[in-house]
Amino acid sequence: MAGYILRRLVQSIVVMLAVGLIAFMMFRYIGDPVNQMVGVDTTPEQRAALRERLGLNDPMIVQYARYMWNAAQFKFGTSYQFKEPVAQLIASRLPATLELSIVSALFALLVGVPMGVYTGINRNSWLSKVFMTVSLVGISLPTFLIGILLIFVFSVHLHLLPSFGRGQVVDLGFWRTGLLTGSGLKALIMPAITLGLFQMTLIMRLVRSEMLEVLRTDYIKFARARGLSRRAINFSHALKNTLIPVITITGLQLGSIIAFAIITETVFQWPGMGLLFLQAVQNVDIPIMAAYLLLIAFLFVLINLVVDILYTVVDPRVRVDGGASA
Amino acid sequence: MSETRQIAPDERRGILARSLDSDLLHSFLASKVTVLAAIVTAVFFLGALLAPLIAPHDPFDLRQISIMDSLVPPAWSDMGDPRFLLGTDDQGRDILSAIMYGARISLAVGFCSVILAAIIGITLGLVAGYVGGFTDTVIMRIADVQLTFPAILIALLINGSVHAVMDVTREQSAFWVLVVSIGLSFWVQYARTVRGSTLVERNREYVQAARVIGVHPIRIMIRHVLPNVMGPVLVIATINLALAIITEATLSFLGVGIPPTQPSLGTLIRIGQDFLFSGEWWITIFPGFALAALVLAVNLLGDWLRDALNPKLR
Repeated sequence: MAGYILRRLVQSIVVMLAVGLIAFMMFRYIGDPVNQMVGVDTTPEQRAALRERLGLNDPMIVQYARYMWNAAQFKFGTSYQFKEPVAQLIASRLPATLELSIVSALFALLVGVPMGVYTGINRNSWLSKVFMTVSLVGISLPTFLIGILLIFVFSVHLHLLPSFGRGQVVDLGFWRTGLLTGSGLKALIMPAITLGLFQMTLIMRLVRSEMLEVLRTDYIKFARARGLSRRAINFSHALKNTLIPVITITGLQLGSIIAFAIITETVFQWPGMGLLFLQAVQNVDIPIMAAYLLLIAFLFVLINLVVDILYTVVDPRVRVDGGASA
Repeated sequence: MSETRQIAPDERRGILARSLDSDLLHSFLASKVTVLAAIVTAVFFLGALLAPLIAPHDPFDLRQISIMDSLVPPAWSDMGDPRFLLGTDDQGRDILSAIMYGARISLAVGFCSVILAAIIGITLGLVAGYVGGFTDTVIMRIADVQLTFPAILIALLINGSVHAVMDVTREQSAFWVLVVSIGLSFWVQYARTVRGSTLVERNREYVQAARVIGVHPIRIMIRHVLPNVMGPVLVIATINLALAIITEATLSFLGVGIPPTQPSLGTLIRIGQDFLFSGEWWITIFPGFALAALVLAVNLLGDWLRDALNPKLR
């Protein structure tokens, strides 16, 4: 068990070092950092001095180690466009993205699971067919198109919901939240649905196929033979056993929700990390791009690691396998 | 040796002809949704291919567009103009023609990037599976790491990096930058599939026989192993075509793809979004609808192909 966790931990660190190398290469070799920092009238001597002071003449491996060491302390350099520390920029945008992502994930779970259970139990009802068709459309429609359609219907036509921004935010000192005001909550509805729709259809289809599988097993037949109510069978016997893969997938999907927030945030002008990253791509602001890459990689690796470790806790078979091969 | 060479292609053609005769065609015609999807896809392909011949207007010919025709609503509404079936945009370009030309660019990016991804993925998958050992480990580790990131993020990063080192404001270069960034972000799936099948094929008698008579490993991989691992690749390619079209549209929508001078479907939606609030909904809704229909149709075709080629589901 401990050996398995240790092995996964080492793997995660190797992945982070590899992604870090890519981020470092972008940071160091795409464009010249010195040129980005100085004006046109800087003399070659001043440039050389700056180059020396920044340590750009050191061996590459030293520079890479220094970059990773700084990154581990959340020092990602200075943004080319804003002339502010990247860490500060990201920290000010992080709450908006996290609130949006978590609400989207909740929406996907709370709507997707019941829909999946329903379509799994009532396989041939017309409502199930409607759900399945809608889910196919939901998978096919690009995220930004769903956002635009929602804006078209609910903002332009019905004037019900705001089409951009976060509404009023409350400053809690370390966290600016939109969850405590009416306008903030209203502004959250459409972005959260847009972002969560794909995950919702994914969860629905997953729960459905798991339900179909579980309902065929012997212990469900036995539960029926014992004369338990349908409700008790479906929810306390069947659903419980479908939830482990669902929780895994949702956990893993949280990472891609945060990544896909780039698109949703652009459609709704949501002032989060994704919008910051996109502006960085458009304006070739390499420090922000590299930092964002590292941050997302860290999130993915962390989530993967936690899910794997939770697996060993929940499912003893993984523990045995992991121990045997380690 | 010359005998075996003559027989092998004949047998293969026989199998292909047989399955076209019975299984594939039959399961295709049996599913009405699939036939409909095929028709929609065909309409898009033809419309895109023949756009210069059949489009009612040429949206890039400045002599044909007039600012007097700008923002005309669709033909069936009160202010409509029968010349412009789906209305015009702010510069007086016909939306229907713009969609046809846009679909041309979207499909071209989709196809080129799928081909690029397939070439990279198949090559690396073949090498990893056939050579094995350290090469295999390195290639598959890279694939594992890349697979944890969403393709759109990788495409954005590659796109941003390329923009940093070279000037890509012209349409031509923007096109190829898109193809490369999408192609590089989708190769993993091919590599994993091909590697898996190659591991199986590598130990078959025909490969061992080829090895014994001294055929060069590269020739074995291309001539002997490759044809036998192509089935799943075809399915992945079809499904990835839909994904590549979505990715292109998304990148163009985000403003890092095809520039508005020669818009793709995504660029058209981006342009039209600004007019949504002033009531000119047709500029963005019609290209959006076209994109959705195209992607849905290709997805349905891919789903069918996957099931039809999967012997377990028959």
